Amino acid sequence: MPFFKRGLALWHYVVLIAVTTVATFGVLLLYQNIVARKAEATQHVFRVVDVDENTVDPAAWGKNYPRQFDSYKRTVDIERTKHGGSDAFQKLDADPRWREIFKGYAFAVDYREERGHAYMLKDQDETERVTHFKQPGSCLHCHAAVIPTYIQAGLKAGIPAGPENREAQIQKGFEELCAMPYADARKLVAHPVTCTDCHAADSMDLRVSRPAFVNGIRALARSDYATPHLPSIERWRKEGRKGDYDPNKDASRQEMRSLVCAQCHVEYYFKGQGKLVTYPWDKGLRVEQIEAYYDEVKHVDWKHTDSGAPVLKAQHPEFELWSQGIHARSGVACADCHMPYVREGAIKVSNHHVRSPLLNIAQSCQTCHRYPEAEIRSRVEAIQDRNQSLMDRAEEAVVALIKNIQDAAKRGATDDALKGARDLQRKAQWRLDFIAAENSTGFHAPQEAARILGEAIDYARQGQILALSAK
Amino acid sequence: MLHLLWPIALSISLGCLAGVGGYTFYYGQGLSYLSNDPAACVNCHIMREQYDGWLKGPHHAVATCNDCHTPHNFIGKYMAKAENGFWHSKGFTFQDFHEPIMIKPRNSALLQKNCVACHERITAEINTHPGDKMKMLDCVHCHREVGHGPVR
Repeated sequence: MPFFKRGLALWHYVVLIAVTTVATFGVLLLYQNIVARKAEATQHVFRVVDVDENTVDPAAWGKNYPRQFDSYKRTVDIERTKHGGSDAFQKLDADPRWREIFKGYAFAVDYREERGHAYMLKDQDETERVTHFKQPGSCLHCHAAVIPTYIQAGLKAGIPAGPENREAQIQKGFEELCAMPYADARKLVAHPVTCTDCHAADSMDLRVSRPAFVNGIRALARSDYATPHLPSIERWRKEGRKGDYDPNKDASRQEMRSLVCAQCHVEYYFKGQGKLVTYPWDKGLRVEQIEAYYDEVKHVDWKHTDSGAPVLKAQHPEFELWSQGIHARSGVACADCHMPYVREGAIKVSNHHVRSPLLNIAQSCQTCHRYPEAEIRSRVEAIQDRNQSLMDRAEEAVVALIKNIQDAAKRGATDDALKGARDLQRKAQWRLDFIAAENSTGFHAPQEAARILGEAIDYARQGQILALSAK
Repeated sequence: MLHLLWPIALSISLGCLAGVGGYTFYYGQGLSYLSNDPAACVNCHIMREQYDGWLKGPHHAVATCNDCHTPHNFIGKYMAKAENGFWHSKGFTFQDFHEPIMIKPRNSALLQKNCVACHERITAEINTHPGDKMKMLDCVHCHREVGHGPVR
């Protein structure tokens, strides 16, 4: 092979060609990557199926909005945070003092941590508070995609058809379903939360429909309670309080990013024989204003088995506590932290995997707070640990008060003599439960949570003084 | 003729590499990155928010991306462009960067120097120690919206 004598040897050529081949291959990979990135920048929503107000199955919506639906489906996750999360552990076993505090009420039998949105209806089907106790259809107001069912029931009850009567149809159907036994009403719904609970079907604009919330927020608007965190209510008042406050017309998009959540994440009670779900906001959102409302309507959730006190049960008042905090005051909405925008390709979508921000600190917190994740986590946990230790003290105090009242009654103290101590148990227990049932371990408004627990401890100890000296 | 086979094959493959490489550079708007034009920084959709913010920010009329984010001398500027360009390309290609995007200490010090470069008069009595981890004062810690516009 004489021609290899001049110039390069054969293996030189082979190696050089191999190297250029690999390099060319790599450059083409890069080219393809740049093409993909450029394509990302031009993506849009494609409506491939027709969906409307009556489409309750989120999977149908998922065909048009796959990103939102995919993240919504991930609310089946089971994940613990230090103080909460979405793992359905039995709180009564984790902290047996609650058995004593809830004695005589369904919560003393089953009090589990709630799982994610995808489980809201299943959790309700499974809890012993529903399987072992008689419950009304009211519960479905928040645990099911119930609005189309309300509209049907409203039409059946004689409300005229047509979109202009939508609110009246919903209100009437709501009254009908609340009055039914739970098992009968349960047959009329099939899905947990659905897209139209928060979105208008034609425009996908945020919208509230749940009647108890609409009634509640209107009552709040009519009161004189200051709402700096909800400027649209203040504006409606300033403009002469014409007609009814309507969040769907009056509230800004940023306010709606909280109000859609406030449809359910609130304190409520079942009013009267019709068991109508009612949000007690006529006097305001603070713990003592809600208490004053309950005292006025003489509402009692149950009579405590051991002490005989006429006590209240608080229910996840997230919206009420958040309203007292600095984030609300700064214009930060529920969705900013619990459904932060995530980038997929070149598109930003709000993450429908609703969960604790502690499981997603980068997107939830670092958008505003440019500190390392570990630093942010330890700040939050410091707040929650302090809250927890105050909560422990308040639980101890309430349990001690219950025991003192029980002992006094055994000694033969009359109901008249024990009235003061029992009223103080109602006050103390209401405050303790308000913070315990609220799902942020105090984070939504740390100082307010501490104030409330401080009052709970004080009222319980005052009650003990009365009980110990009762004749 | 046979003795030319290998040189020809090598020439063809080198030519292909140069052609494909050249086209990819052109398609990726490679030359634009040498310019001062902020539009180049938004070639990648990832910087859209920063760019949109800058359009609405108070410094929009007086400073471009490079004025704040690269040194004000020829060598330093292109060194910074090369270094950040490499990390940006790597992050964008492999999608392995931290979100939200946060400035690195080195670029933070560079930015700080550039604040002082223009605002020397008003900050003459303040020594901000750019680059000194222990002592550096960071203008944008408080003046966050000057470059990238309103935060909310």
